[in-house]
Amino acid sequence: MVSVHEIWKMLQEVKDPEIPVLSVIDLGIVRDVQLTPLSKPHPASPPSLREKEKGNESNLGEGEGVRITITPTYSGCPAMDVISMDIRLKLIEKGYRNVKIQQQLSPAWTTDWMSEEGKKKLKEYGIAPPNPKQQFCKEEIFMEEAVQCPRCNSHRTKLISQFASTACKSMYRCLDCIETFDYFKCH
Amino acid sequence: MSETNNKSLNLCSPTGGQGAFAYTLHLADNALILGQRNAEWCGHGPVLEQDIAITNISLDLIGQARNFYQYAVTLYNNFNAEEKEVVDHLLPRLWKTYDRELQEDDLAFLRDEHQYLNLLITELPKGDWAQTILRQFFFSAFQFYQYQQLQKSTDEQLAAIAEKSLKETSYHLRWSSEWVIRLGDGTEESNSRINNALNELWMFTGELFQNAGFECGDYATDVSNLKEAWNKKVEEVFVEATIPSPSQDGEGQGVRWFQSGGKEGRHTEHLGYLITEMQYLQRVYPNATW
Repeated sequence: MVSVHEIWKMLQEVKDPEIPVLSVIDLGIVRDVQLTPLSKPHPASPPSLREKEKGNESNLGEGEGVRITITPTYSGCPAMDVISMDIRLKLIEKGYRNVKIQQQLSPAWTTDWMSEEGKKKLKEYGIAPPNPKQQFCKEEIFMEEAVQCPRCNSHRTKLISQFASTACKSMYRCLDCIETFDYFKCH
Repeated sequence: MSETNNKSLNLCSPTGGQGAFAYTLHLADNALILGQRNAEWCGHGPVLEQDIAITNISLDLIGQARNFYQYAVTLYNNFNAEEKEVVDHLLPRLWKTYDRELQEDDLAFLRDEHQYLNLLITELPKGDWAQTILRQFFFSAFQFYQYQQLQKSTDEQLAAIAEKSLKETSYHLRWSSEWVIRLGDGTEESNSRINNALNELWMFTGELFQNAGFECGDYATDVSNLKEAWNKKVEEVFVEATIPSPSQDGEGQGVRWFQSGGKEGRHTEHLGYLITEMQYLQRVYPNATW
């Protein structure tokens, strides 16, 4: 009998494929973990063709099940499919074959859900962590956000591009140490 | 054509869900077609940063389209036979030969041109950078107000997708507004290009605010109500960009007549070429996965 707490701990080993220092827990994309009771296949209703095809959606009758709810960072983030698969693989590795992963869109993910630990790890990795959303996330045009350089800690930095190597980052240059760096933009 | 027209007008049946199905397709098609169009810039952007920006916007749009298509599929697969019949003209013929439940890719990759319900402005060629920018600005401003309202939809899933997408759309709006200003208030060359783009695109903006038959239930946003906020936003950015404001009543630079038909499946010649390329793989290798 496993506790929900242990599953959360296992999920800390699942990393973001694009930013391998961050776990899915650090990112704040895991919204819920639930244990589902023993499920038995229903002989009266054979799985539909779709379930058979997808195969991984429901592994009925394999003992206690785990249901994990995740929320995407950005609608089109290609890492989400990989993350779902990595969560499944991690739990299989730990002996849980009956895993259901569902996606929940609302409330929409925000960088405020990123853990403090996650922000620290991001900075050490060379990516400026997101500023708190309330103070900085604005829609006004030509707004310059004060982003701290993750290398020399200077606030004298300049936006180069609102979009960078992935949808969740923008690109800055530090005017003191002259390095360019990624900024995990507040969202 | 008139038959398609009548059918889509008859779709309004808020309780039955068929109207919501067509509406969801419309929202998905807007995002998919513009996403596909913008993706043509991949590797061709004017500078690397902006190449990445426009393709990131594509990615967001295609992600939004997927959320809508997935929901449309859920709606359809839960319909009874009679309800399925009402929306039958919107479903791909090829899929009907597959003998399996509907999937999101079937809707994106197997429908024919007249079954797409996207706004005409999303399918127009990418043109030069000014045309791409101005189209994105017009569309993002529209989508921003539409999603803002859609968050109040009685349909919880549509409201959730709107809430999620709105955050990305506000980035698109900010980025495209800044570029309209940069081009308008830039050099003589950039200014003349953005004005040419305006002449090309303005006649396609009327359709944004015309409700189609499927936009009638509480699940949908009344687009005619968005016009005022949209005009205000355009005006605001155009003043800053030193672009003469087109009027809507035929005075000054504006046009008297607006194009429409996309939401009823009547498209410009450009859509056919776009979907030919986009659908190639699924047409030639049905059910291919990777």
